[in-house]
Amino acid sequence: MNLDFNTPSFEVIRNEKKCINCRVCEQQCSNKAHSYDMKKKIFSANDVKCVNCHRCVVLCPVKALVIKKYPLEFRENANWTDEAIKEIYKQSQTGGILLSSMGNPKSFPIYWDKILLNASQVTNPSIDPLREPMETKVMIGGKPEKLEFNAKGNLITKMPPQVELKMPIMFSAMSYGSISRNAHECLARAAEELGICYNTGEGGLNKDFYKYGKNTIVQVASGRFGVHKEYLNAGAAIEIKIGQGAKPGIGGHLPGRKVGKDVSVTRMIPIGSDAISPAPHHDIYSIEDLRQLIFSLKEVTDYKKPVFVKIAAVHNAAAIASGIMRAGADAIVVDGFRGGTGATPTRVRDNVGIPVEFALASIDQRLREEGIRNQISLLASGSIRNSADVVKAIALGADAVCIGSAALIALGCHMCRSCSVGKCNWGIATQDADLVKRLDTDIMYKRLVNLVSAWNHEIQEMLGGMGINAIDSLRGNRLMLRGIGLSEKELNILGIQYAGE
Amino acid sequence: MKTIDALNIYYRELNNLIDNTIETEKTISLKNVFGQRYIGRGLPEKVKLKIYGVPGNDMAAYMDGAELEIFGNAQDAVGNTMNNGRIIVHGNCGDTLGYAMRGGEIYVEGNVGYRVGIHMKEYKEMKPVIVAGGKAGEFLGEYMAGGAIILLGLNFSKNGSIVGRFCGTGMHGGAIYLNDNANECMFGKEAVKVAITDTDIAFLKKHIDFYSETFKKDLKHLKIESFSKYAAVNKNPYSNMYCVY
Repeated sequence: MNLDFNTPSFEVIRNEKKCINCRVCEQQCSNKAHSYDMKKKIFSANDVKCVNCHRCVVLCPVKALVIKKYPLEFRENANWTDEAIKEIYKQSQTGGILLSSMGNPKSFPIYWDKILLNASQVTNPSIDPLREPMETKVMIGGKPEKLEFNAKGNLITKMPPQVELKMPIMFSAMSYGSISRNAHECLARAAEELGICYNTGEGGLNKDFYKYGKNTIVQVASGRFGVHKEYLNAGAAIEIKIGQGAKPGIGGHLPGRKVGKDVSVTRMIPIGSDAISPAPHHDIYSIEDLRQLIFSLKEVTDYKKPVFVKIAAVHNAAAIASGIMRAGADAIVVDGFRGGTGATPTRVRDNVGIPVEFALASIDQRLREEGIRNQISLLASGSIRNSADVVKAIALGADAVCIGSAALIALGCHMCRSCSVGKCNWGIATQDADLVKRLDTDIMYKRLVNLVSAWNHEIQEMLGGMGINAIDSLRGNRLMLRGIGLSEKELNILGIQYAGE
Repeated sequence: MKTIDALNIYYRELNNLIDNTIETEKTISLKNVFGQRYIGRGLPEKVKLKIYGVPGNDMAAYMDGAELEIFGNAQDAVGNTMNNGRIIVHGNCGDTLGYAMRGGEIYVEGNVGYRVGIHMKEYKEMKPVIVAGGKAGEFLGEYMAGGAIILLGLNFSKNGSIVGRFCGTGMHGGAIYLNDNANECMFGKEAVKVAITDTDIAFLKKHIDFYSETFKKDLKHLKIESFSKYAAVNKNPYSNMYCVY
């Protein structure tokens, strides 16, 4: 007999004294971790099925449930951790590539948390954003090398197309397919209300969502799903996806079981067919080829849409970014190794790529050294967790940031990291109609609006504290940053001084 | 029909000129085309371009219904992400012809390059077709997800192969028809030889007749029933590759 060595990761603990047998937990769990014996009138829990998504815990009207880490431990071993052993059991049983969701959860350094911000004291007094103007609007797009004015002082240089963001935050690319229609609708409506943009990801765009066009970035990736002339012209900008922080160097793969009727329509592929995005774009083998794609997109949109190029943060990101600028892109999006995803091979997620803080700082530095930083926008993503991360990213050189995981958490994601299974109890990372409708778009989109508005207020407070009244004055302003607990090398790469210096 | 002399005109200006012209005249003849890119990009139905010379890369990118006829060779990435329309090339074509093409037809008189028909798709009534009179390079129909590629194998040395290696690698839909019993070792493991049916024969006959008529070639000697057909082993080739946890 081939034994299943897998043991539960979580334990479902029910307080029998509190439980009123309402069976909400049972109905809410798509993983079927809870079951109720009608005759004996008792619940039992199948711990193996629990993914610790907290759906039952949150919805339990009497708060009778708690989920804990399963107490079973292997004999203590600093090298062969429980995780390392369990992964071997999984792979030796299935022969499969380990597949995970969301971003890299390992204990690599988080440089945001080793960077401290400045504030004004006495001189250059701080500004109170509640009483004084504080600009957080940014314009994303290519900029001319220099500006020319006529004798009357009017600008005569023709400005390339720009995307105006009322605050320096966008929602990251997440495809319809990886997330639900309702999740997409929340992102689109929130983007519209906030005056920012969301991003279609590589999944095409539902016709119902064309009305959010001026708040939409349409993505073109290697699979070219749902890409056609109308789609390219439907958004405020086009993003060419070369890479993603959670899976640098590899492609994507939406399994056929997630390609239902609606996903089939937006991706423009048959129902049930795998949607395979190859690792490379097969028309791009060089910077010159990238230029060819950038300009084919500009040609078909009459040069009215900025074209972004998104790459994963990798070792040579700075040189690649220089090439992207020279290929004619209007913005570079650099996605760090903590960036999330609906599904990625665990080994790639946990071992490939570099922290976005380093990639961002080195790209900004390189573009400045080459004298071209002013001609292109730079966006950073890959685990921006709060408004302080945003401020630090901008001071390291970003024009704006993109948030994915944070946005999903606002929608109810509890970071159980089981997206790829497609049974998301919160209606986010699923195509199951019964689960999707749990995400009430009218209510939930406002949580996104709340989150980003709150961050924007916090950004204004921090800016004001530094005596700065416009986000543009913070961009690349590394004097506002100091490192703590960092080596000389790390400080050099980040281009910042040590706290106290 | 309006004629545009493309000599020494940069692609951006040339494509603008075409856009402006089709507002009043749907049929345009382009003379002296020398490698200008993106000709025919996104052009809609009822527009007809006759192109003399060698159009550049990404011709007919995102094209949406226009008809292009090229009197000469075409370069790389013809019909890139094309949605609909028809392209006729009186010559040979370069690499990645029909990349991610979703609809429409491309007829090439001669040979085609590497990675032709890569990630071709189909959707509802849209079924793209590529017909080439000669042979193809490596990775023909790679990641192919729909539509059809037909190679007539005319005028190529019988010592050679009608397709290069890794044909149909990653294929998960569509069909490749070859006028040859190509060695199966040329195919990737996701493509498999399948029996040719009467429906296939009718489909092939329609396209071969069009080729014959268009390029003025007598193809009565072709034995359509002896064409070989390759299709995807299954449409979810990688479904068992992963272990979710």
